[in-house]
Amino acid sequence: MNPPGSGDGHVFGVLAYDVGHLLGGAVLVLSFGLLYQRRTSAIIGLYGTQAMVLAAAAAWQAWVQSAPELYLTAAITLAAKGVLMPAALRRIATRMAVHRGVEAAMGIFPSMAAGVCVVALAVLAVMPTALQSTALTREDLALALSVILLGVLMMITRRSALAQVIGFLSMENGLILAAVGVAGMPLVVELSVAVLVLVAFVVFAVLVFRIRGHFQSLDTGHLDTVLRGRE
Amino acid sequence: MTALLGLAALALHVTLMLAAAPLLVGVVRWIKARLTGRRGPSPLQPWRDLLRLSRKQAIHAEGSSRMLRAAPVTVFAATLAAAALVPSFALGMASAPVADLLVLAGLLAMARGAAALAGMDAGTAFGGIGASRVVTFAVFAEPAMLLVIFTLALLAGTTNLDAVAGVLREGTLGLRVSLGLALVAILAVAIAECGRIPADNAATHLELTMVHEAMALDYAGADLALIEWSGAIRLLLWMSLIAAIFAPFGIAPAGGSPLDWVLGLVAWAAKVLLLATGLAVLESLIARMRLFQVPEFLGVAILLGLLAVIFLFISQGFA
Repeated sequence: MNPPGSGDGHVFGVLAYDVGHLLGGAVLVLSFGLLYQRRTSAIIGLYGTQAMVLAAAAAWQAWVQSAPELYLTAAITLAAKGVLMPAALRRIATRMAVHRGVEAAMGIFPSMAAGVCVVALAVLAVMPTALQSTALTREDLALALSVILLGVLMMITRRSALAQVIGFLSMENGLILAAVGVAGMPLVVELSVAVLVLVAFVVFAVLVFRIRGHFQSLDTGHLDTVLRGRE
Repeated sequence: MTALLGLAALALHVTLMLAAAPLLVGVVRWIKARLTGRRGPSPLQPWRDLLRLSRKQAIHAEGSSRMLRAAPVTVFAATLAAAALVPSFALGMASAPVADLLVLAGLLAMARGAAALAGMDAGTAFGGIGASRVVTFAVFAEPAMLLVIFTLALLAGTTNLDAVAGVLREGTLGLRVSLGLALVAILAVAIAECGRIPADNAATHLELTMVHEAMALDYAGADLALIEWSGAIRLLLWMSLIAAIFAPFGIAPAGGSPLDWVLGLVAWAAKVLLLATGLAVLESLIARMRLFQVPEFLGVAILLGLLAVIFLFISQGFA
């Protein structure tokens, strides 16, 4: 291990990088918050917060890289994911009266432990590919990949359709986090991802309403009974 | 001269810890009262309570052993010794060479152990329940604390609190994701250790839900005063610890002049007041969690501590 302040550690201590970095860390912690929280309204609130922190990260990167198009990314993230989507999700939640959380398929602690394993996996995956780059890029990529994998994990461990949707949306937050950290990412890519997510959101909303209509519950476990019935 | 200054700083620090701790509890209660629309008692009220209690006779339960008599002094001494190690307004106090983070964790564990043993000693059901709950929480809180210590030790190259605070004060390490994760973890541990909402409700009068207070039910008079004073010192200790590690601005450097101390005192008071306000707002906003969710809450702290270490390894490389 390098002693502090030596080797490639010298890039630390530059405020511009550190703040961006810390915001990435905050996004990761909020991902863990999503995995930990059981109540639907709190999950939606956490998702909104995560999107706002992500918008701050994008705005910071725009300032550091002096890339004005990233301000647009930040604005879209803030407006669409920080405000509109949480509001829409809240409306869905109230219309379905699902304030009580649906039990997770795994316990909270096992899924958190799985989350740490997933982060370790992300680290191991990033390490060899980015060994030449600086410690900061390495950490940034590891953070973003961790957020993505935690979103997937949330979709797996939750049985509530609404929580699964939020897992998907937070996964997309990880993609944006990776994109804003890399200099010279074309805006088209981000915009198309954003549109894709919007479409997916609509599809999910329809799915959620259908599940609710059929089973009087948001528990996706009921879908298994349909499959079993067909066999 | 430096040794003399260090002694003077230590004396002032311990006096401040003793004097300010009940005041801090009073301030938190006052802010909470204001937030809920009540006038609230004066922040000096905990001090008045302590003085009133200290004049009263200590009564011990029938059939209790010497453990119950020795516990208040043991708890108080261990907590005060731990408080003497945590820098508040100046680094390089006379206690700096022994201010190891592991020693700090050990002293706090000793205080907790004595309180738990005494809680069971009187033979009342609630004391036993409180003792068992506190020890259960500690099983999860201590590994989380140790992981935070591990992170700090890897960053600063030492487990000495004074040296860690000194390194972080220099700011050469910059902002680290690991430090952010460690901060969240240590906040969770501090909340559980000080018995605040959401882990425990310090203001409860319902014995069944008590954790820390349940162990204090069997004390009276001067003994109760010592136990309550220790609890207040523990809260101030954790706040000072978090301030010294994660917000080391303004703290006087080792060998600083008394003029630096004044600046350090102002900064320390501001930081503690900020943390007290934050605590009061948090306690007013959220409800206490169910008892069996607390280990889960602390389990998350452990995992965050683990993550802090993992991210440290990425940034510094495996070696």
